[in-house]
Amino acid sequence: MTREEPRAYSRRLFLQQGVTLASIASTVPWFIQRSASGIMHPLDSAVSSLAGVPEERILVVVQLGGGNDGLNTVVPYFSDSYRLARPGIAIGAPGAPNGGAGEAIQLDENAGLGLHPQLGGLKELHDQGLLSVIQGAGYPNPNRSHFTSMDIWHTARRDAKGNGWIGRYFDNTCNGTPTPEGAISIGRKAPLAMIGDVQKPVSFESEDLFRWLGQDLHDSMKDPYDKINRMGMPGDVEPDTQASFLMRTALDAQLSSDRIRTAVGRRPLVEYPNNNPLAAQLRMVGAMIRDEMRTRVYYVTLGGFDTHASQLNSHGNKMRQFGQAMNIFQQDLKAQGNDSRVLTMVFSEFGRRVAQNASGGTDHGTAAPMFLVGPMVRPGVLGQHPSLDNLDSGDLVHTVDFRSVYASVLDDWMKSSSVDVLGEPFQKARIFNPESLK
Amino acid sequence: MPETTLRALNRQDFDFWAAHHLLSRAGFGGTPDQVLSLSRLGLDDAVDFIVDYQSLPEPEVSAGFQSDIMRPPTREESMAYQQARRSGDEEALSEFRRRRQERQAADRKQVEEMRKWWLERMIETPRPLEEKMTLFWHGHFATGYRAIEDSWHMYMQNRMFRTEATGNFGRLLYGIIRDPAMLRYLNNNQNRKQRPNENLSRELMELFSLGEGNEYTESDIKEGARALTGYTYEDDEFRYNERNHDQDQKTILGRTGNFDGDDLVGIILSRRVCSEFIAMKLYKFFVNDEPSVPNKEQRTFITAMGRRLRTHEYDLKPLLKALFKSEHFYAPENRCSVVKSPIQLMVQTIRSLRTPVRDLSTLSAAGDLMGQSILEPPSVKGWDGGRSWINTSTLFVRQNLAVYLLTGKRPDIYDWQVSGVRYDGDHMLSTLERDERGRVSPQEALPYLCRFLLGSEPHPSRLETLNAFLDRHGGRIDGDRLVGALCLITSMPEYQLC
Repeated sequence: MTREEPRAYSRRLFLQQGVTLASIASTVPWFIQRSASGIMHPLDSAVSSLAGVPEERILVVVQLGGGNDGLNTVVPYFSDSYRLARPGIAIGAPGAPNGGAGEAIQLDENAGLGLHPQLGGLKELHDQGLLSVIQGAGYPNPNRSHFTSMDIWHTARRDAKGNGWIGRYFDNTCNGTPTPEGAISIGRKAPLAMIGDVQKPVSFESEDLFRWLGQDLHDSMKDPYDKINRMGMPGDVEPDTQASFLMRTALDAQLSSDRIRTAVGRRPLVEYPNNNPLAAQLRMVGAMIRDEMRTRVYYVTLGGFDTHASQLNSHGNKMRQFGQAMNIFQQDLKAQGNDSRVLTMVFSEFGRRVAQNASGGTDHGTAAPMFLVGPMVRPGVLGQHPSLDNLDSGDLVHTVDFRSVYASVLDDWMKSSSVDVLGEPFQKARIFNPESLK
Repeated sequence: MPETTLRALNRQDFDFWAAHHLLSRAGFGGTPDQVLSLSRLGLDDAVDFIVDYQSLPEPEVSAGFQSDIMRPPTREESMAYQQARRSGDEEALSEFRRRRQERQAADRKQVEEMRKWWLERMIETPRPLEEKMTLFWHGHFATGYRAIEDSWHMYMQNRMFRTEATGNFGRLLYGIIRDPAMLRYLNNNQNRKQRPNENLSRELMELFSLGEGNEYTESDIKEGARALTGYTYEDDEFRYNERNHDQDQKTILGRTGNFDGDDLVGIILSRRVCSEFIAMKLYKFFVNDEPSVPNKEQRTFITAMGRRLRTHEYDLKPLLKALFKSEHFYAPENRCSVVKSPIQLMVQTIRSLRTPVRDLSTLSAAGDLMGQSILEPPSVKGWDGGRSWINTSTLFVRQNLAVYLLTGKRPDIYDWQVSGVRYDGDHMLSTLERDERGRVSPQEALPYLCRFLLGSEPHPSRLETLNAFLDRHGGRIDGDRLVGALCLITSMPEYQLC
């Protein structure tokens, strides 16, 4: 046959061998080469960076999926309306338990606020000055669909359209260069919040799935697979072809997988509890932070908050997992000496209705508290609790727009421009301790 | 430029590999036997066979969906609800909410059934181009289920795309401004004379017909929105609400009159740039997804495609036939130049290797993980496609999906789950010569398998690696060794191209 045969790796049949430099460059994975050309990080920034420099700040987002019952998380025991609306499930004031619902842990005596009895772990963080509770976070004209409301929190847009706010942050900061491992989410699927035009997060449910599973078929599979996927771009492959792009991404994937699996495989400095899915995820995050990965945003999710029926046990269980996990994670960061670099932010797509329903549960509601954890936060209970008497058809009216929290995180913690990322200016919530930001 | 720029391929150049390329692009690939039969038809008959699919049977995949899960409330129900609200009857309201949530849950279940139904159609159909074009229109007129929460409307829209899959673009454009799912998705049900909503008008021009910024202005969008006022739906039917329609004069793309939505579509279709925009999108879908800025040869070709569309008043078949017969379509630089979409990857792996389908729910979930959940495109822009499909996470899912199809090993389960369906890949070697013991030599089989699955000549190092692998196993290629080799070939980065 005399006609040219198609080759994915080259447009022409015979290629001149590139100059020596080109073939060296071709074995360098995509992102190092990109950064070597000076677009985002100097090549050595991964080794020379010190804890505390702005580039090294980390955000960990904890999503409580299903709509966390904010009123039974931060308990407004000051309010008779709270008790009356929830005869079977209202948590009693400290020292005055309400049957099976128990009594709240004291949080702010002046305000008459407590924590769910299972949130001892969070209480400890509060006593150490590491916890800030933002009351009544929500947005105007609230939507009560899980999906839509979650999309609103993820896009930070009332119409819930477009990319995620963290994805836009990366798009904005990195000038069109994706940062592999810049954003990591633990879970089956990358959350919308992390998705940008250019930036796509790495996501995996467990580190053992972030690899090729064909190698489990037989011992002899891994070696040829590695030869194929770690080759990078051989010297005779034209650099701007689809095939070369894929070969380099394949090499990136192998390196990412190695790094993540090595990091997560190490024994942590503290003992994480078993049977706690949030703690298991935060253990992985802690390990990756300790391993000095260049990830700036981590995302974890605890589900099971959609408590429509007999919620006392199920919600209590979730609260215990949440409090424990947040506490041990903070201990881990402290033991590593990384605590001042890591801000943790907790949210849920909505709170629940003030009144309990006929099944001893609560239906979808509106505003709920957010939590921030770390030595950089302004500790204590912030903002104003939504009124339990002036309701909007049975629901709380938010007192803080969650986007004003995002705005502070973006401007003051991530050193980005919240106006650019969010698309409009929001009054920044005062959530940081200015001293510890310096 | 004469129309010769859609110059046909020399008939004798339509060989096995050209037929292979045609079947990958105009469909979802096929087995070696299927490719061989197609190539024996010759270029003209092969293309006609693919494009004139109406004579072939429809796939036997039953739908049987319910149309009324999300039906609007009856008068009585609305009144009872209002009554409960007025009197603050919390128990009754809670019951309403509960029932609504039940219906929403049932509807979400149904839309998932629809995803599986459509996947199965794509896997089973003898008319692959029909499903492929239906998928193209779904990405072009992208509508997401989550925002409209009515699976039946998604299904109605999908039927329209299938009916007009290779029909007429004009009819699709007239259809889309009457389509309940789209009217809801782009809020045209709120577009009234007193309070115009520009959403549909804007996307109609920017994404569906003219292309961003092409020959229209903000004023055209505003005026177009006025023409679309009163275009809404009631239950499952389009409804023209005359009371909400703006009856005054509008000026759209330089023409003035008391236009309605259909006039707006007519004006748009009369623009040359519309035909060229659609040609460009078809080019990226079928020919080459790389050119963000097409080179001169590509521009000339796309212009000629647009002209072909206009000549036939937006009938799609004449264009598709000319495209699939053109020399340009088969040119070496246009082979293996498209990144497989997740759906293409799944369906093509199943259809070309003839693996077991395994489990449709797993496939649907895998599509989501790879960034393509059908009936849920990320936005009205549809899927960006091309290189945006690929990142370090999706690449592992893509490779593991092939392992799953070939072996039954589910990516999220540690232990082997060979669910009783073993894969026999022997038919992949059916066109090769065998020795007296019925064996094919690896030296014959490996270059052929690579070429067949990658669509291109493998890099020499790939063959070395595979040969070394088979050497370790006695130098034979059959049974588990064949499955192992296929797992390795599908793990090659180049396998993501077609």
